[in-house]
Amino acid sequence: MTPKPILAAFGQALAEAWAGGAGALLPLGFFAGAAVLVPLGIGTDPDTLRAVGPGILWVALALSSLVTLERIFQADTEDGTLDLWLQTEAPASAIAAAKTMAHFLTAGLPLALLSPLLSLMFLADADATLLVHAAYYAIGGLAFYFWGGVGAALSATVRRGGLLISLIALPLYVPTAIFGALAMTDAPGSQSAPLLLAASALFALAAAPFAMAAALRLAAD
Amino acid sequence: MFSWFANPSRFMNLSNWLAPACYAAGTLLIAWGLWQGLWIVPKDDYQGGDIMRVMFVHVPSAWLAMASYSAMAAMSFVWFIWRHEVADVAAKAIAPLGALWTALALATGAIWGKPTWGTWWQWDDARLMSVLFMFFLFLGYIALRAAMDTRQQAARAGAILAMVGAINVPLIHYSVDLFTSLHQDASVVTADGPKMAAVYLWPLLSSALGHSFLFAALVQTQMRTEIRERRTARIRADLMAGG
Amino acid sequence: MIRGDRVLFKDVCVVAPMRSTVTLRGSNGTGKTTLLRILAGLTRPETGAVTRNAPHHWIAHREGLKPHETPRQHLALWARAWGSEADIESILQTMSLARPADVPARHLSAGQRRRTALARLLLDKRPIWLLDEPFTALDADGRALVLSLIEDHCRQDGCVIAAIHGDAGFEATAEVVL
Repeated sequence: MTPKPILAAFGQALAEAWAGGAGALLPLGFFAGAAVLVPLGIGTDPDTLRAVGPGILWVALALSSLVTLERIFQADTEDGTLDLWLQTEAPASAIAAAKTMAHFLTAGLPLALLSPLLSLMFLADADATLLVHAAYYAIGGLAFYFWGGVGAALSATVRRGGLLISLIALPLYVPTAIFGALAMTDAPGSQSAPLLLAASALFALAAAPFAMAAALRLAAD
Repeated sequence: MFSWFANPSRFMNLSNWLAPACYAAGTLLIAWGLWQGLWIVPKDDYQGGDIMRVMFVHVPSAWLAMASYSAMAAMSFVWFIWRHEVADVAAKAIAPLGALWTALALATGAIWGKPTWGTWWQWDDARLMSVLFMFFLFLGYIALRAAMDTRQQAARAGAILAMVGAINVPLIHYSVDLFTSLHQDASVVTADGPKMAAVYLWPLLSSALGHSFLFAALVQTQMRTEIRERRTARIRADLMAGG
Repeated sequence: MIRGDRVLFKDVCVVAPMRSTVTLRGSNGTGKTTLLRILAGLTRPETGAVTRNAPHHWIAHREGLKPHETPRQHLALWARAWGSEADIESILQTMSLARPADVPARHLSAGQRRRTALARLLLDKRPIWLLDEPFTALDADGRALVLSLIEDHCRQDGCVIAAIHGDAGFEATAEVVL
């Protein structure tokens, strides 16, 4: 097996993400917009905001992953690129993983990097935990994007597949969301939550590419 | 063994008598279970008084919610590996019925919850949450199949999703357990475990078995319809190709 | 091959030895593209098997071009993916793509996009060419160019399987009518 096609697929996905013009700005805008709507909806009581802040960012992260994932495999199916990738020497699972990883780096990771800023808007204290939380968002985002990628691959041939992705991926997001939110509390039993969060991300990394590969072969059939 | 069942004609012959038998067994067992449960066994004030009698519907439906998803995933796996058409027909037939029983479990859970918890919904209840996510898994499966163009694509996409769901179910369970164990207060209704009085055991078992038989019977009816539909579609396609 | 409940075709046997050109014929909807996709290993046939004893190229309706890609970027990408050392500049010259080489695909004409896709054939030497309607959208020069590519390829021990609607413009070794 040669890694060349995998690297090329990774490069193409990165280039495609930036070619839209807005690049990572679009998901960032969505993320910030979704998060900022919340105080308008639930009021500005500082204690409430401080309590719901981390959870709101988890929800916003999950939603923006769903919104941006719709096109990653659908575009490839429509323009014929998928056919070409499936005929390279590299396994389809590796191609799918490379593309999803590129997508996470351009659309998911920036959200995690922006999270300390948004946390401050939710009146969190400005200390080092914000950076730790950003790392948690990044790890959790990885799991979101890989399970969401399965939904995206399964609905690659479906018109208006975005809604379908949400329905498919939502239950798969549950463990990561729970572990992630837990890791940010100091409730008893939350000490192991960061490890469980990382485990759920690793599980997604290990299992999701094979499901994506099967789904992409189906999309090309 | 799978191959033996995989023949649609053999399945049609088998289900021809097995489905009515399942209907009969299911109806009788549920009837006895409900009669015992609703009128004969004493109420348990610790479990909320008379409302605990909803247990004889709730527990079987919750058990079927889990069992039907497992069955659907197993059928998907069999189809994915061996491409036996009957397995796909079975998976397709199980999905809406599984969703129905899962909804039943949620509804009866809420009805039981209102007088005991004081609320229709309890985020702290691990089983309620797990069943809710099971419901979403079923909905996703049904929606995905419906969105596909041909029945071969629907079978493949459905099988992939059912298997992905199946490997995630234990993780979902575990995370939900962890989530609820941290937020829990004392008001947990236990319908199982050593606390359960023996008088409830037999009606409950009878009801659970009855629901299973009824479920199996309905699945077979659905499968028979589906197989006939596929045969009709094939004949129609052949006719169109010929004429 | 069955699509939905419709039997597209059955009992098809395609053998393409070295130095041969096989054309797939048939009116719209008879399954030319599907058969080609089966030969490429993209679509799984209901029954039967495909044996390819050499690597192949794939050119289809959907060219595999991203809207933001220029012909030069496209060729560079696939040269990287396939580990090819081919001289991209000379390929662009051959395919008369030197002028629009740096124009994103969304601004290219249909013929230029097709030429870009066909240019992949020259990136990597592969004995089997699977072409779906290779002449679509091409002008007279383009047709002549593709014809000469096909002839050269056959002379160099290659084989071509092409789904073609209308006049092929070359003498096919064999024809499969669906």
